Amino acid sequence: MTRAVAGAGIRRPPLRHPLRLAAALAVAALTLLPLGYVVAGVVAAGPEGVVALVWRPRVGELLRNTVTLVLLGTTACVVLGTGAAWLVERTSLPGRALWTGLMAAPLAVPAFVNSVGWYALFPGFDGLDAAVAVTTLSYFPLVYLPVAAVLRGIDPAFEELGRSLGLGPWRVVARVVLPQLRPALLGGALLVGLHLLAEFGALQSLRFDTFTTAIYDQFQSTFDGAGATMLAGVLVLLCLLLLAGEAGLAGRARISRVGSGVARRAAPHRLGAATLPAVIALSALAVAALGVPLVSLASWLVTSTSTAFPLAELAGTAATSLGLGALGALATCLLALPVAWLAVRCRGRLAILVERATYIGNSLPGIVVALALITVGIRVVPALYQSTAMLVAAYAVLFMPRAMVSLRAALAQIPPELDDVGRSLGVGPAGVLARVSVPLIARGIGAGGALVFLAVVTELTSTLLLAPIGTETLATRFWSESSELHYGAAAPSALLMIVLSAPAAWLLTRRAAR
Amino acid sequence: MTGLDVRGLRRSYGDVPVLQGLDLTVPAGALTAVVGPSGCGKTTLLRLVAGFDRPGAGTVTIDGRAVTGPGVLVAPERRRIGYVTQDGTLFPHLTVARNITFGLPRRERRARHRVAELLELVGLDPAHADRRPDELSGGQQQRVALARALAPRPALVLLDEPFSSLDTELRASTRRAVVDALAAAGTTTVLVTHDQAEALSLAGRVAVMRDGIVVQEGPPAELYRRPGDRGVAAFLGEIVELPARLVEPGSRNGATVLVRPEQLTLTAGGDAGMIAEVLDVAFYGPYAEVRARTTEGTVVRARCPGHLVPEPGARVGISVTGAVL
Repeated sequence: MTRAVAGAGIRRPPLRHPLRLAAALAVAALTLLPLGYVVAGVVAAGPEGVVALVWRPRVGELLRNTVTLVLLGTTACVVLGTGAAWLVERTSLPGRALWTGLMAAPLAVPAFVNSVGWYALFPGFDGLDAAVAVTTLSYFPLVYLPVAAVLRGIDPAFEELGRSLGLGPWRVVARVVLPQLRPALLGGALLVGLHLLAEFGALQSLRFDTFTTAIYDQFQSTFDGAGATMLAGVLVLLCLLLLAGEAGLAGRARISRVGSGVARRAAPHRLGAATLPAVIALSALAVAALGVPLVSLASWLVTSTSTAFPLAELAGTAATSLGLGALGALATCLLALPVAWLAVRCRGRLAILVERATYIGNSLPGIVVALALITVGIRVVPALYQSTAMLVAAYAVLFMPRAMVSLRAALAQIPPELDDVGRSLGVGPAGVLARVSVPLIARGIGAGGALVFLAVVTELTSTLLLAPIGTETLATRFWSESSELHYGAAAPSALLMIVLSAPAAWLLTRRAAR
Repeated sequence: MTGLDVRGLRRSYGDVPVLQGLDLTVPAGALTAVVGPSGCGKTTLLRLVAGFDRPGAGTVTIDGRAVTGPGVLVAPERRRIGYVTQDGTLFPHLTVARNITFGLPRRERRARHRVAELLELVGLDPAHADRRPDELSGGQQQRVALARALAPRPALVLLDEPFSSLDTELRASTRRAVVDALAAAGTTTVLVTHDQAEALSLAGRVAVMRDGIVVQEGPPAELYRRPGDRGVAAFLGEIVELPARLVEPGSRNGATVLVRPEQLTLTAGGDAGMIAEVLDVAFYGPYAEVRARTTEGTVVRARCPGHLVPEPGARVGISVTGAVL
């Protein structure tokens, strides 16, 4: 704070680094490609074309399905996630550490594995109910984690103050606790909504059609550019509506985040006789979200006639996944670096725009990103179509925010004075970069890269559309085997994916805990 | 010999002028304090001298070498300066020893004796060499930062409010250690601070800054006793206004003079130049501050020793010792 006082009168001169600025702009352009593709498609079709393609009963049905799923699924995730977070963080529930792990663990099971697991155990489990149930079980941790972090960090003094001002316990929750939870709740709900809009594998296997599955089918069956593009246009519109809605609702609440350093933990609410029902409820949630898919996998391995461990093949597939993951992580971090640098060191309108652009790219479903890259690729650089480079570019667009968050945090921890001090000691700019900046952000790059790596390993939609012919990842192998009901053959890939995703889930838990 | 010479330095941010043609001369081998209220441009001055920023106009000369001027802008790393920030800014990924040797050529970085020498110079146990910055107290971090700045034997050391983030107790000991180390090294030093007591007590020369220029400069005692104007007088210490009659022939009758509160002596009797009634007393232990109204109606503040405190309501005599400002 003393720094703020002394530095109040100083504005750092705008740094002029044309190379880094150009790099950041190029990255922003790449991440805006999908949006540009949709807009260009709409413009090319013209008003009448758009009406002809969009104003159809089929589109109406898809819209109804998609909106219903997003509304029901998001509500269910908010209720389950907040309830579980409150039970774990603020009550006398026994076994807190265990529950903390169990409530985040569903993130390690890809939604399409979860859905196949449910469907295999309960044939006939499909349609809207099934889609809402399975996606909720897969995505409620996205609400649980931020809400639990805030509940853990809320200073109990606020609640005590509320009580001292004459509010009863429930009114304290409504007027003191909920307002503080609002940014976390809205942020979590937005993530769930975007995931639901983008979800492909789980919904396809549960036979529930949304825009994402319809775009995929249309593209696979007819290769119909215009039709798929129009559907993608409606889907993008829904995404932007969600983003705008969240931004509008969050308002200024977002600015005041709860500080990290809190002196005291709140006294837990005594559950008393309610302890047993609470334990049963959380156990049921854990069984449904984790137990069912894992039991399914285990039973396939043991009983399925198609169970096989073609070791060489599996090893090859796993190696492909690992290789793509490493390439994706490397490319994403390299691309995120100039943007993160711009956002941290040259705060300004342009920097904010560029940074937002990279987040918009990520908010669009993988299917739209894949379609955009295919279309642009075929027209501009045909050689890139179905190349590894294009697949990696899609990963970079999709997962850049995961790298950005870590890189930004790491860069923000380097005060600009460090550069000044280094220079004053007789070391030139390159030396300062090598001896100060790079060692300091190495850990941030590592953490961001790990998150991207693990997201790539379980990515299905874009990989199905963009992977070069003959390239098989664990995700696509599981998908093709389970689509043909060869569950036994699919199981080893799923297990490998879960083993690889577990560290990511753990990292996300730790980050949310801070 | 001049260590640092600044002429006509100007800098503005947008439409806001921060430095408006600042002149400053710093003698070599001594500590000069630049003191002024927050926002007067002190830090901007340091950043321009260090070369982190480019001025709108003006020249900077270090040890006779022009480093900033028309057509000249020497990079910070070629200026042979040492720079110590408000909170030390140690490299968080390096140990104390590697922080200190950061600015040395690769061959000399291994030499442990240099690290030990420098740690001793700033009054730290050489055993601290392998600690990490986060294991040090704020005062220790500042001492390491100074050792790091002195290691490449700079021609000029710039201290940017180096003690303001320390608490009172650490501040006194750290100030002493830093000033002693700088005196031992014999380096030309510019200390920027908003704390006038710090400037007066540590520096051989003090320059008072206001609104982007140096308004007065000189040895601390002279500045305190003979401030150039009322603003400088009020910035460097408390002042008391007294009505006066000038006795020289031909002068106007009524005038006001300024004195320091410690120049006023309270006496029990009524034989002094002024009689006053005590309004209230703030007792600090060794001394007390007394507010009193003179018979002419002026309210004055005076200091008196703790064992001679008058009661509120008492009538006291007030006499002035020393010359008025």
